[in-house]
Amino acid sequence: SSFSSRQLKHYIRRLYHAEISSPIGTKAERESPEFKENYDRMQSLVKDLQSTVSTVIQGGGPKAIDRHLSRGKLLPRDRINGLLDPESPFLELSQLAGYHANFKGRGTIGGRHCLNDEGVECMIVANDPTVKGGSYYPITVTKHLRAQEIAQQNHLPCIYLVDSGGANLPRQADVFPNRDHFGRIFFNQANMSAKGIPQVAVVLGSCTAGGAYVPAMADESVIVRKKGTIFLAGPPLVKAATGEDVPAEELGGADLHCSKSGVTDYYAQDDEHALHIARRIIKNINYRKDPKVTIEKPDEPIYPADDLYGIVGANLKKTFDVREVIARIVDGSRFDEFKTMYGETLVTGFARLWGYPVGILGNNGVLFSESALKGTHFIELCCQRNIPLIFLQNITGFMVGREAEAGGIAKHGAKMVTAVACAKVPKFTVIIGGSYGAGNYGMCGRSYSPRFLYMWPNSRISVMGGEQAANVLAQITREQRLREGKEWTAEEEEALKAPVIKKYELEGHPYFSSARLWDDGVIDPADTRTVLGLSISASLNAPQEKTRFGVFRM
Amino acid sequence: SGSPNIKPIEKILIANRGEIACRVIQTARKLGIRSVAVYSDADKNSLHVSLADEAYHIGPPAASQSYLCQDKIMNVAKSSGAQAIHPGYGFLSENTEFAEMCSKEGVIFIGPPATAIRDMGIKSTSKHIMSAAGVPIIEGYHGEDQSSSKLKQEAAKIGYPVMIKAVRGGGGKGMRIAMTEAEFDGQLESAKTEGMKSFGDDIMLIEKFVETPRHVEVQVFGDHHGNYVYLFERDCSVQRRHQKIIEEAPAPGLSEEVRKSLGEAAVKAAKAVNYVGAGTVEFIMDKNQNFYFMEMNTRLQVEHPVTEMVTGTDLVEWQIKVASGEHLPQSQEELKLTGHAFEARIYAEDPNNAFMPGAGPLHHLTTPEASQNVRIDTGVRQGDEVSVHYDPMIAKLIVWSPDRSTALRSVRNALKDYHVIGLNTNIQFLMDLSKHSQFEAGNVHTDFIAQHSDELFPNRILSSASICQAAVALVLKDRDTAKFTYQNTLDPFSPFLLCASARINNQAKHRIHLKDGENDVNVMVQCNSDNSFDVTIGNQEHHVTAELTNDGSRTSIRCNIDGVISSSNIVIQKDALHIFTTDGKHELTFPMPKYMKASKGAAGADDAVAPMPGVIEKVTVQPGAEVQQGDPLVTMIAMKMEYVIRAPKAGIIEKVFYKVGDTVSKGTALVHFKEDKTSSDLDNGRD
Repeated sequence: SSFSSRQLKHYIRRLYHAEISSPIGTKAERESPEFKENYDRMQSLVKDLQSTVSTVIQGGGPKAIDRHLSRGKLLPRDRINGLLDPESPFLELSQLAGYHANFKGRGTIGGRHCLNDEGVECMIVANDPTVKGGSYYPITVTKHLRAQEIAQQNHLPCIYLVDSGGANLPRQADVFPNRDHFGRIFFNQANMSAKGIPQVAVVLGSCTAGGAYVPAMADESVIVRKKGTIFLAGPPLVKAATGEDVPAEELGGADLHCSKSGVTDYYAQDDEHALHIARRIIKNINYRKDPKVTIEKPDEPIYPADDLYGIVGANLKKTFDVREVIARIVDGSRFDEFKTMYGETLVTGFARLWGYPVGILGNNGVLFSESALKGTHFIELCCQRNIPLIFLQNITGFMVGREAEAGGIAKHGAKMVTAVACAKVPKFTVIIGGSYGAGNYGMCGRSYSPRFLYMWPNSRISVMGGEQAANVLAQITREQRLREGKEWTAEEEEALKAPVIKKYELEGHPYFSSARLWDDGVIDPADTRTVLGLSISASLNAPQEKTRFGVFRM
Repeated sequence: SGSPNIKPIEKILIANRGEIACRVIQTARKLGIRSVAVYSDADKNSLHVSLADEAYHIGPPAASQSYLCQDKIMNVAKSSGAQAIHPGYGFLSENTEFAEMCSKEGVIFIGPPATAIRDMGIKSTSKHIMSAAGVPIIEGYHGEDQSSSKLKQEAAKIGYPVMIKAVRGGGGKGMRIAMTEAEFDGQLESAKTEGMKSFGDDIMLIEKFVETPRHVEVQVFGDHHGNYVYLFERDCSVQRRHQKIIEEAPAPGLSEEVRKSLGEAAVKAAKAVNYVGAGTVEFIMDKNQNFYFMEMNTRLQVEHPVTEMVTGTDLVEWQIKVASGEHLPQSQEELKLTGHAFEARIYAEDPNNAFMPGAGPLHHLTTPEASQNVRIDTGVRQGDEVSVHYDPMIAKLIVWSPDRSTALRSVRNALKDYHVIGLNTNIQFLMDLSKHSQFEAGNVHTDFIAQHSDELFPNRILSSASICQAAVALVLKDRDTAKFTYQNTLDPFSPFLLCASARINNQAKHRIHLKDGENDVNVMVQCNSDNSFDVTIGNQEHHVTAELTNDGSRTSIRCNIDGVISSSNIVIQKDALHIFTTDGKHELTFPMPKYMKASKGAAGADDAVAPMPGVIEKVTVQPGAEVQQGDPLVTMIAMKMEYVIRAPKAGIIEKVFYKVGDTVSKGTALVHFKEDKTSSDLDNGRD
């Protein structure tokens, strides 16, 4: 029998394009005035970020650096470079921690990188002794603990490059007694070690008092002769306590600890040697990364990354289609969108990022009940299939008003928050615009423990927008005045609102957030793909965990 | 003379090694003749062994126990059934007894009759024969009457300028030149005093002095039927350590008359000793192109290929044919001189250190592409070893062009593509030599290198462009290595592998420390996100984009440095980077970190090291001995010379790594000093 021409036409066609999803996004109109204006604004924000960071990474300034170098020691970033595989990336975290006039002591660098021939991704925590002698201020403790939290969540071996005077004594109340204070560092070391996450300490300078436990609690530790010292009490304290007069080197130098006390395991001639030994230690951990996701060969997005400047700009009131952002982040700009026509203010879909599978949720406006339901559904899908989640956050909140409340926006929003909270697949959040109110929760804000959270320099974070907050406060005051029968002039209202707006503007700023470790770093939008790729890669070191959702209110 | 009967040769034993063995095998193969190689322990993996149809082991590396053992070689000839032995050059090629042994044993010796070898082997005899045959010779007086008056009288007979030379002299000692009769007495006195002081002997000889002489030699050939031809001359004037380094044919600047009379004089010389086969008659030539017989080499010369190139002949083929009794393949009238050829000899040696011969592994070897006009005669491959036991010549580069200046340009171009790593070579020197304006002009003579040493040994400065290329190549190489290594992991595309040097909100800065000889080269390479680099050398910053490409054997880097595009070949090894730029090769070493312990092979700061490859002759110190700087530690024999390795500093000996008789390579730690405790203890390192 033969086919009719109709059958030929309709039934046996080979679908040559079936494997390919069509790219999303549109070519940017780079010559349009709006694009140009946006571009310039975002570019100046990025330039400010880069110049701020370049100041910050200079550490304690030329005098402190000279003093450090004159002792034959390497600077912290050079130490890190010496530890890394040649040409390895280094994803430095929380560069702006403690960045603000009110904050001091940003003496720790946390970061992840690739090590050794097998490319073991590690967390490096390096003290910067050029900043306040590397001593631990409250923000230093926070940063160190956050680095350990990341290491623990993602199963990254920890390498501590120790060169620190220990806890900052005048600030003892803010660094010593509480749960997430200094002692937690050693709690984490013990518990990570228990989980089989290698803990390696390299003593390149002093490790006094509590600091002594960093190498002592480590699985393996290295010390540099004539440079590193470890003791519970330094010479002055010993003198005061027992009258003994002991030089530091005899009290806790490399010779003592490598040959007598056994506190350290490897004897290094100098910084370079110590880093060499640390590399050998990681080489010997017998670990092989085994990501339990399918991996494809990555390809670049089809649009240039810096289009993002011109698309997003710096004015949070201007809207943009988040698909244009996705198109500049994911492999080949390919995006298989899920429920395109339903709950349109939340964009959901599947893509590949550096070859890894990802599920992306991006805001295209305020969250309605449908958007929340769609988001919940999508998160459930990704958890079922072990697909990492990326939240591109630009959200003023859930919809308010009579209709919304009656429609059950609270319970629908709660479903999404439940899904986000319980999802055990790696979650990554990038705040690309506003992050306000419960929208922050639904879109995986800091409280929802994303593995990593980054902010763009144009973004803002607060319970609500400055103007809304000022309006709410003004409203309440006006009503109060009305009840009291008092007059409330426009000038008075302005006088009330202005400082509120100013305060929200300051406190919502990404630098303010980053300074307090509310995020893991402010990043150049053009680096988003790289940063997310590195973050996903790191997260895939942790074993897969099964998700169990809480009760969804129906 | 020889037998008129033709004895076809079907199998040849080549009693030699290296390039000449390979060269002979090639012609044998062309003629359908089977080849038999012999090899010592040191040569069991050599190229000549793999090229030959058969190969026989003949003993330990030392030539005296292998390639010079006449009995062993004759045994191989017998057992392999070879009808003829080609001796190559060196070794047994001019050995009368061996030639005699061959004829006794009925094996054809591819060379002249033993009588001719003997006659030419004794200089005074050869001069007498030549003089009698009417070949011009350098006049001289070698008599027993050593009175000043007799010597002066002889000098007048020879004609000024003359050379007064101690009979036992050498290396210029006990030698004086008298330009005129007036100078004679003073110079004689001075030569005698020096001779007495240096050799305990003041017997003098007087010879005609030729100022800035040229070394011109003529290739001759004779057959068993009394036929002789000359295949024109070669100029081999430019020499170092009295050895040829670059040869050319024809000799530049010779008139046709002189060429003809040279050739005829050479044929006369060959006839005088009933010569058969390939021979070379060497002449010394003065500024006015007067030439005088020096000696005759009764073998195929190293530099025979230049003659082959300009005459279109295969001299080994001629040798074989003549040896089997055939007539000379061409008559004098048929031989034509066409174009110009150069041969540059590539040696393992250090031109910057008095051309001290070297040895060692050829870690990396790429040669220019061979073609009809570019010929590379070599006996080694990448990975082979230039042995301390034999001649350190690596290869001969032979280039032909229609005219001399084009040929010279081709030599330079080809040398530029001759890349050797693992040992010092004279390639750079040959490039500088071939570029020299006086060489280009053909103004060559035997003192050429000494006379132009300033220009020939320039203070070579590593350009900042080369440093940029080197530094960026290192960075790019690391990237390639990362990608390559990680491909075998379960996460092959992680951006941790692919996003080279990515940093957040700033740029990765690599500090690269290299050594250019003793000089530190510190470079900072900043990796920009657009894949460009900012390279800082001293206080100069350069913007660089670069690409590393690999076409099989060569890796090259193409850089755009501040808008100027250039490329160089690069070889990166474990401990050094070699960059081959248009003006030559530079080696940049990676300094060994301080913490790397001194051990055999890798010398540290606290070691006395072997300056060149050789054999340990004597060990003067024992562990625990206290020595002062300059005290002798070890004596080595290398390239037949004795070297005393002295203490580089005062201290206590911790280890002596080798014993008498051990062979060591260049740079090997011989003696390790106890670590200097006092130096770093001053800094107690407390924070």
